[in-house]
Amino acid sequence: MSVFVYVEDWDGALKKASFEAVSYAKTWADMLGCSVVALVSDSATGIDALGNYGADQIRTFSPAISGFGVAEQVKSMSEGGSGLVISGTNFGKTIAPAVAALSGGGLSTNTISTPLQTAPLQVKRGAFSSKGIETIEIHSEFPIISFTPNSIGIEERSGAGQISSVAAQGSDLLELIEKSVTTGKIALPEADVVVSAGRGLKGPENWGMVEELADVLGAATACSKPVSDIGWRPHSEHVGQTGIQVNPNLYIAIGISGAIQHLAGVSASKTIVVVNTDAEAPFFKAADYGIVGDAFEVVPKLVDALRAFKAAQ
Amino acid sequence: MDILVCISHVPDTTAKINFTADGSSLDAAGVQFVINPYDEFGLTKALHIKEAQGGSITVLNVGGPETEPTLRKALAIGADKAIRINATPTDAITVAQNIKNHISANAYDLIICGQESIDYNGQQVPAMLAAMLRYPFVNACVGLELDGNTAKTKAEIDGGHATYSNALPMVIGGKKGLVEEKDLRIPNMRGIMSARSKPLGVEEPVAGAAPTKSATFEKPAGKAAVKMVAPDQIDELVRLLNEEAKAI
Repeated sequence: MSVFVYVEDWDGALKKASFEAVSYAKTWADMLGCSVVALVSDSATGIDALGNYGADQIRTFSPAISGFGVAEQVKSMSEGGSGLVISGTNFGKTIAPAVAALSGGGLSTNTISTPLQTAPLQVKRGAFSSKGIETIEIHSEFPIISFTPNSIGIEERSGAGQISSVAAQGSDLLELIEKSVTTGKIALPEADVVVSAGRGLKGPENWGMVEELADVLGAATACSKPVSDIGWRPHSEHVGQTGIQVNPNLYIAIGISGAIQHLAGVSASKTIVVVNTDAEAPFFKAADYGIVGDAFEVVPKLVDALRAFKAAQ
Repeated sequence: MDILVCISHVPDTTAKINFTADGSSLDAAGVQFVINPYDEFGLTKALHIKEAQGGSITVLNVGGPETEPTLRKALAIGADKAIRINATPTDAITVAQNIKNHISANAYDLIICGQESIDYNGQQVPAMLAAMLRYPFVNACVGLELDGNTAKTKAEIDGGHATYSNALPMVIGGKKGLVEEKDLRIPNMRGIMSARSKPLGVEEPVAGAAPTKSATFEKPAGKAAVKMVAPDQIDELVRLLNEEAKAI
């Protein structure tokens, strides 16, 4: 018996969330006393590294284009397994439910814990836009876990995975016309550090300093809902209840008051820093560190201080 | 064009969330329920399609009788008829099975779901439904154009966008971008009056064993009090982030 794990790559490079997925599968497999089988695209590079995180076997396959096609492949390759782990990336969120529907397995998405127990499987997951935590039980022979990236952590183990290739059929019901990707940008849901700004910045022309701060920290940039609604920033940067939910190690909010809908999208962040001119801004109640001050003075100073800190390291 | 819009009945985005004393479920006392915001973008998109090319809009919810005001609101906004599948939606697979059965008995050209509901945040039902029907599926869909029987969609992917093409019928998991915030409609008096006489059918669920079950709900641990740093003490903030929070 094995716990299977779907390993996602991005143009051939393994995603950080994929190492986290293998770490998750290894923890689960240890509880069950079984091995870990990683399923990865045959165009991905550096796959032997998966062994260092607990993959006993690494099986490569030629992936279909659409989520459904990959779901069919993952389902057929993990037949008879004790469970399946998929990271909660955009693509992972598309395929995990399809695998569950095809296999009749129970699925927990938004999972934020490793198994609390295995018979029946119990995990914690975020619900009510991070305003609640649900403990869910999966009563099924083939439970599937999709976890929130960054919520579990990556654990290095010693080991070497045995690599082999398998043939798997998947049907593509969609035709891909075009893929446009902003290269060099850090994807928000997986970012370790997020720098986010709101209406306090007064206009889209002032985002330069936000991007500069993000640059120094290796962070992804984000924004509040009003800012994306008035078109200062794209919707894909909108963080909050109806936007993207993030849980980075560090979330820096600049000129965002902290409406309950915004907090719902960011409250899972490990450390929150808030910069706002209004000492009464509700965001300070949800923050770890706060500065009451003008963003136009504070942010450039913070950029300088962080540059000096990074240079000294 | 016959469109099915799947609607969830969820606590308002500003609602304070509390759970019952035994942690078994949401404490609905004092909570206002609304159409799931993701579904509202989908419903508005359906109205745009119907206004441009004709057709019908059916809204569907899996839920108890207490969810009917939410369906009536969707009718007041402009849907033609509503279906309530009489089951408590506790497990995604069984919800998807119930919706699939309704679709199999009624022909729809397009099935619009919100990407996720803001209560359980499962983001499961749309993809499950599509897989059960073997219909094309686009998640995180932020654009939809129809040309006869062909749909061209735009979806968010990690770090960018993808565009797809496929023949109908299909399922989408939609979000803002399908239409904009300013396009959302508030029911007017005529809409509210006409919604009263529009059909709202109740269908009984097909029993299926639920593979998942909620054990308990709890609220996240509260944060410790915020540490304020003076705006001229930025170096101190950097020190705290490094030494105390270990965040940089």
